[in-house]
Amino acid sequence: MSSSSALPLAFDETRRRGGILTSLLSSDLPRSRALSVILFSIFALLAATPFLFSGSQPVGTAAKICVFIVLVASYDLLLGYSGIVSFAHTMFFGIGGYGIAIALERVSPTWGSVAIGSAAALGLSAVLAIAIGLLSLRVRAIFFSMITLAVATAAAVLASQLSEITGGEDGLSFQLPPALRPAFRVFSEPVFGTMINGRLLAYYLVFAVSLVVFLALLRIVNSPFGRVLQAIRENEFRAEALGYRVVAYRTAASVISALAATIAGALMALWLRYNGPDTTLSFSIMIDILLMVVIGGMGTMYGAVIGAALFVLAQSYLQVLMGAGSAALAGIPLLPNLIHPDRWLLWLGALFIISVYAFPGGIVGRLRQGKP
Amino acid sequence: MSDMAAPSTAPAELPRAKTDWLPLLLVPALGLLALPFVGSPSTWVTLTVAGLAMGMMIFLMASGLTLVFGLMDIINFGHGVFISLGAYATLLVLGPLAGWALEDSIGLNLALLGLCILVAMGVTALAGAVFERVIVRPVYGSHLKQILVTMGGLIVTEQLIHAIWGASPIPIPLPQSLRGAFVFGDIVMERYRVVAVVIGLAVFIGMQLLLNRTRIGLLIRAGVENPEMVEALGYRIRRLFVSVFIAGSALAGLGGVMWAFYRQTLTAGMGMEVMVLVFIVIIIGGLGSVGGCFVGSILVALVANYVGFIEPKLALISNILVMALVLIWRPQGLFPVARR
Amino acid sequence: MTEPLLHLSGVHTHIGPYHILHGVDFAVPAGELTMLLGRNGAGKTTTLRTIMGLWQASSGRIRFDGSDITTRSTPDIARSGIAYVPEAMGIFTDLTVRENIVLAARSGPVDRNRLDWILGLFPALKRFWNLPAGNLSGGQKQMLAIARAIAEPRRLLLIDEPTKGLAPVMVRSMIEAFRALKASGETILLVEQNFYAASALGDHVVVMDDGRIVHSGAMSDLVADKTMQQRLLGLSLDAHQ
Repeated sequence: MSSSSALPLAFDETRRRGGILTSLLSSDLPRSRALSVILFSIFALLAATPFLFSGSQPVGTAAKICVFIVLVASYDLLLGYSGIVSFAHTMFFGIGGYGIAIALERVSPTWGSVAIGSAAALGLSAVLAIAIGLLSLRVRAIFFSMITLAVATAAAVLASQLSEITGGEDGLSFQLPPALRPAFRVFSEPVFGTMINGRLLAYYLVFAVSLVVFLALLRIVNSPFGRVLQAIRENEFRAEALGYRVVAYRTAASVISALAATIAGALMALWLRYNGPDTTLSFSIMIDILLMVVIGGMGTMYGAVIGAALFVLAQSYLQVLMGAGSAALAGIPLLPNLIHPDRWLLWLGALFIISVYAFPGGIVGRLRQGKP
Repeated sequence: MSDMAAPSTAPAELPRAKTDWLPLLLVPALGLLALPFVGSPSTWVTLTVAGLAMGMMIFLMASGLTLVFGLMDIINFGHGVFISLGAYATLLVLGPLAGWALEDSIGLNLALLGLCILVAMGVTALAGAVFERVIVRPVYGSHLKQILVTMGGLIVTEQLIHAIWGASPIPIPLPQSLRGAFVFGDIVMERYRVVAVVIGLAVFIGMQLLLNRTRIGLLIRAGVENPEMVEALGYRIRRLFVSVFIAGSALAGLGGVMWAFYRQTLTAGMGMEVMVLVFIVIIIGGLGSVGGCFVGSILVALVANYVGFIEPKLALISNILVMALVLIWRPQGLFPVARR
Repeated sequence: MTEPLLHLSGVHTHIGPYHILHGVDFAVPAGELTMLLGRNGAGKTTTLRTIMGLWQASSGRIRFDGSDITTRSTPDIARSGIAYVPEAMGIFTDLTVRENIVLAARSGPVDRNRLDWILGLFPALKRFWNLPAGNLSGGQKQMLAIARAIAEPRRLLLIDEPTKGLAPVMVRSMIEAFRALKASGETILLVEQNFYAASALGDHVVVMDDGRIVHSGAMSDLVADKTMQQRLLGLSLDAHQ
């Protein structure tokens, strides 16, 4: 794991030089030319997707990447910076999604409902995160992993059982506020060949909120608070001996992470105009998050960007390739089964194990080693 | 073993060994508490037997994990895969010997079950040895990496099960004479559940004997408390650990067989599903404590059964509530294991 | 002169980022009791743990009984005939007194006469024979720890601060027990803070400071030389009576 100074540095000292970009990035620059280029390309592509590609699939993929960047970055705050493993991240993701879905479907498709739904979801997430943290982190950090797994599973079962509220396995489809509907037009004429409609506004809403939350997370990990988290991760007992209240810090980190995941869930639901167990709550999304953060690079924040972008793209396009490979090998025993598109988790799992062993810094760690 | 006789009889005023009875009383207390809510005594007996059977199966699946943790501070999130693997291993027996399950002969049926258990334990012991060597050994000492890597191992093994046996659920038949129930008046006890209770109890008693009456058992208990001192006494704890890891995997395989016949369906994810209960149980019991694991298993299963009968909606979160209450009462679990 | 039973030469030990031992040299002659003295944090415990292989020496050599044990594993070192009583005693509190001793005897049942001899040294253990060792008092745990170390004949005993925190009466009976052990010909390396106990027992004395050996010689010389006591240990025997 790449670690910066284990002890809190004076925040202002690290931020004195540099311009507005440095300030936006909280002085935590990519520190590798290749990484900078990749990050800038991802940013530029995401910012311009609606104008660069036609059709709904590329924009959908881009929106998903934005949401997952927030989701994975907030998970990195726990895994990479605090050194604790949570399996309840999708629960908070789901709470955000259900908050929006229930408010818009059951109350009214207005901005007021968006606000109420988000606020209720954020409140619930905060309460749950505090309860889980205080219950489990008091004793051992591994309790936290097991308890989050148990609570998340119960939450998933609950969501599918309480169908009169959540829509059960089918989930909830709903209408967005009028300004975000495809029929809504800002200008009557297309701009650069693209119609500025409600769908496009919805994309830029997702993009802008994701960007703001990501930058906020970047600021948090580079604040004195973030430095203390890392000090705890490096040596829990020493941090405790220095007078830091480990449980309080870790619980706070888990609350912040949960809130960001809730926002991501709300964005996901807004974009899809739907929320159900499979889009936000399922355990396989939890595994996806783990893969993205580890492959991108734990404890770097930028790893989340690369991991999410790579993974979502691969999910959309690599499986097609595997399908072709599997078909080509038909007739040979077992082999076609192994590269069947349904088996792509097998290879990701293997990649994941190898990453944890061999490249604990993930792609970002690699790029920073081989700088410039 | 007990060739060292006590050098003298103990005087009467000796301090007595302190046994922590309180957690043990929880189980009967819970049963009594549930009785008025359940109402009919016969239903209560049926629910209790079902709960005990469930508890025994959870215990089988959880005991290995808690020992591995206690002994080497290794937390294996991939433990559930041995449960699935054990369950699927029954196919190796049920395939060629499908006829035995249909015969209405208790002897043949039990032999089939026994054979399934043997094969499953063999397969999972082997898988455990590989898992320990390939997945776990490189990450001794780091909980974070252990959780990640064993989770990765779980994903890969689950996918391999899919690749080998297919992704769709596979029905398996419960042997003929284990179907149905024993009926005593109003009381109905499903036969298979009684078998599960017997097997679970036998394993628990066997483990207690092993842990308390043999040198290996003493070493394991000593190792849970202070592995460094065990090494300083000249024992190679690594070897002991690998054996316990393998034995724990085999026990999970045994639990997997029992669980598979109980559900009568195989899915690769079945291990992971039940792992949630397993984790709750070992947290409640106190990480590393076999006795605590036993009490915790019964507690969780009984609560699930009673609550499931009284207020089905609550059953979903009853386990979490039990865990929360226990942790508020004893933050380290019912039987905290002294360490170092 | 024959080779000493244990010989450390130029031993350095690092624990994480900290450099604890800075080239430790000393010898423990067979059949005698060597005291290892020094202030808190001088490196005495680290020295014992390094000999035991619980921490790996980063350089230097440790020879025991004619062979190099520097890089051997802890169980192998124990099997070559060294018994270790750590400062925290390492009692298995969940096991009975009997079971603690059973485990210490690797090669099978403890010899009846030897057991009688041990229980003669520490009669209190007899009374708690079948009770969990967690019920023992601090002094009784210390007795059990030493009983465990001598459950079978060993070539060398490493004992870390056996009198720490014990009541004076317990310290005296502990000193008696060590006298008896010495008389039976055991080789002992004893870490002590209690200079009174040390002076009563030691044949040789090694003094450490700051991860280095600052003095080694006969115990009687150190006992006789008040100035040297003051210089090496910052105290004199009189103050401790």
